[in-house]
Amino acid sequence: MSETLLRIEGLTKAYPGVVANDGVGFQIRPGEVHALLGENGAGKSTLVKMIYGLVKPDAGTMQFQGAPYTPPEPRAARAAGVAMVFQHFSLFEALSVAENVALGMENPPSMRTLSARIRDISSAYGLPLDPTRTVGDLSAGERQRVEIIRCLLQDPKLLIMDEPTSVLTPQEVEILFGTLRKLAAEGTAILYISHKLEEIRALCDGATILRGGKVVASCTPREKSARELAELMVGGEFAATDRAGRKTGAKIFEVTHLNLAPMSAFGPALKDLSFKLAAGEVLGIGGVAGNGQEELIATLSGERPSAAGTVSLHGQDISDLGPNDRRRLGLLAAPEERLGHAAVPNLSLTENAILTGTVRRPLTRNGFLNMGAAKRFAEEIIAGFDVRTPGPQVAARALSGGNLQKFVIGREVLQAPEVLVVNQPTWGVDAAAAAAIRQSLLDLAAKGAAVIVISQDLDELMEISDRFCALNEGRLSAPRPTEGLSMEEIGLMLGGAHGMQEAAV
Amino acid sequence: MIGGIDIVTLIAALMAASTPVLLAATGELVAEKSGVLNLGVEGMMILGAVAGFATAVTTGSPVLGFLGGAVAGALLASLFAVLTQLLLSNQTATGLALTLFGLGLSALFGKGFEGIRPPPTTKLDFGPLSEIPVLGPILFHHDWMVYLSLVLVAATWAFLKYARAGLILRAVGENHDAAHALGYRVIAVRFAALAFGGALAGLGGAYLSLVRVPQWTEGMTAGAGWIALAIVVFASWKPERVLVGAYLFGGITALQLQLQAAGYAIPVHLLSMAPYVITVLVLVILSATHRHGAPAAPAALGRSFHASS
Repeated sequence: MSETLLRIEGLTKAYPGVVANDGVGFQIRPGEVHALLGENGAGKSTLVKMIYGLVKPDAGTMQFQGAPYTPPEPRAARAAGVAMVFQHFSLFEALSVAENVALGMENPPSMRTLSARIRDISSAYGLPLDPTRTVGDLSAGERQRVEIIRCLLQDPKLLIMDEPTSVLTPQEVEILFGTLRKLAAEGTAILYISHKLEEIRALCDGATILRGGKVVASCTPREKSARELAELMVGGEFAATDRAGRKTGAKIFEVTHLNLAPMSAFGPALKDLSFKLAAGEVLGIGGVAGNGQEELIATLSGERPSAAGTVSLHGQDISDLGPNDRRRLGLLAAPEERLGHAAVPNLSLTENAILTGTVRRPLTRNGFLNMGAAKRFAEEIIAGFDVRTPGPQVAARALSGGNLQKFVIGREVLQAPEVLVVNQPTWGVDAAAAAAIRQSLLDLAAKGAAVIVISQDLDELMEISDRFCALNEGRLSAPRPTEGLSMEEIGLMLGGAHGMQEAAV
Repeated sequence: MIGGIDIVTLIAALMAASTPVLLAATGELVAEKSGVLNLGVEGMMILGAVAGFATAVTTGSPVLGFLGGAVAGALLASLFAVLTQLLLSNQTATGLALTLFGLGLSALFGKGFEGIRPPPTTKLDFGPLSEIPVLGPILFHHDWMVYLSLVLVAATWAFLKYARAGLILRAVGENHDAAHALGYRVIAVRFAALAFGGALAGLGGAYLSLVRVPQWTEGMTAGAGWIALAIVVFASWKPERVLVGAYLFGGITALQLQLQAAGYAIPVHLLSMAPYVITVLVLVILSATHRHGAPAAPAALGRSFHASS
């Protein structure tokens, strides 16, 4: 028995209308790195919330170190030795690193002692961090270090990590993995949640796969291929993207010496961006969010006009045109933020379809909305992009992130753009839906459109783009063909481990 | 004496004139630091004014009077807390309603207390210290509430900066979801912060009716609660700057009274307007020059919290 740290049996949690976890059981040994795999909505988050005491199970038992374990609140879970690093950072931006750490501890020492311990632990695990800095000024990688150090200071026996690498550069991922391996070697068990199958194969000793709230398989990830793992998650054949049969045509879109002032107080400025795009080509722009991605899509879509002569389509200068004029000419964009930017949460899918669709589709008549045509357009998107929803009358906010993303991308793709710009097209979208979205972008390019994909997911960019460039602190590296590009070279293009120099003390 | 104005008397008057607004603003600062915008300061002040007055007149003890004012303010704030924190009503609308409710309720309770003089609040005896020229009248000639208000400001500053409970309060106001995820009780923290804010507003109101005026008149707070709210914003949620703002407001109030008394040929309406206009202007300029882009407001200010799942 002593060989098992955490044993879970028959854990069940139901919410109105959905059983999030249905008789889930698995176990973790000390020092094991255990992966929890599953699509969005498979019940991973509910499961870890129960382990961390944020949610109470309806039925089932948990045993921690051989004793019954029913944490009524996170405090009790922390006292037992369970720590958690959240997917969406649970940090306080206006407070300092040390204050943030203190808030996550039961009996923190004085600020001076705590600061010294933060310095010690952070350098011991290769995660340099200055305790006096304000969290709002830190990069995503550094913020995650704050969370990890907050956990480590409590000497956890079990560390839960919910999608920790989604915002990190490859170098930062390597540093994180080094830390996790060191922890595991010291006997800490790690429960690791991620969509990234290659990472799980590289890091984890065991895996439990959830689908629809049930455990469908457990395996040793090293012995499986990423494809096999994906198929276990989806529960069927996994469609690999098909990028064959594409020819690039003439250069149709050009950006020359584009500069843009920062859009927000801490935002970066765009500095001297230049690139050309041919018909049928997919350009991947990598980089950690906050390095100019939002600014770039805002200038390309027309939300922010730029200086004359900086953006041109078919040789025509469109720098001072607004979004609708650019749409009329064939330049379409789908921004990252689904609720609020790409779609209006409280409007129905039909109404959302009208918002960008009416420029290139006849959805209005003499200034009045043609609801019939709009509904047919929305239904066309829903059918063509496998959007899971009861119908086009449903409000956008009622859709899950992945489904809404499919709708947003579908709405633009079906307008037959000549140039399409998308930002984070598969962020927070499960594997099957992500594959479908990527395939639709490739299909669009195959029909002769030029596509710009801005993404943090490097595997995705390698999979679909013909050329790759990195956006770092508002500067764009020269595009390079993706074929033969190694992860290490990409990391260097991204500017190495972001923020390392600043953080070193 | 400059232009018929006695500077020493002016500064001495300034401290007393500022006390109601200082207390109310300090209380509101704590509430807002926890992430709740309570626009009912005016209502809590005036209810504190009538409750403090009634208690002091009935019992003959100004100390009990101030206590009564604080309790009344805290009770009204607790009503606000129940509505906005438990029943998740809109904070802005509820705060405005609270002000109207407080004004009406105080007028009703105060009917029998008009035209009465309250028992006097004692001045602290500093002995020979108060005989020092210039400094004596300015610093050592006040009633104990003036000193208590200064102690409260200092205590609030130290609490928010150094105490663990203060750190938790700031964390709740900054990101209530994260605070909840870490296991802190967001609603309880906000309840306590609101009650404290209400108690200080009530104390400020009681100071008006027991010391400043001193009698009960309907609507006697005359917008002091709104000035307290403005001071919190322009002080960038910092207690030490709340002190500056409140003393500025009190200073101009005292000055315009002396100007009226000295018989300057400035219309009375302009003079009575001056404290409000000048305080807001100065604070706007201060906050515009001092802030370097970083938003000083607590990030969760005015947002309702509900622990879903």
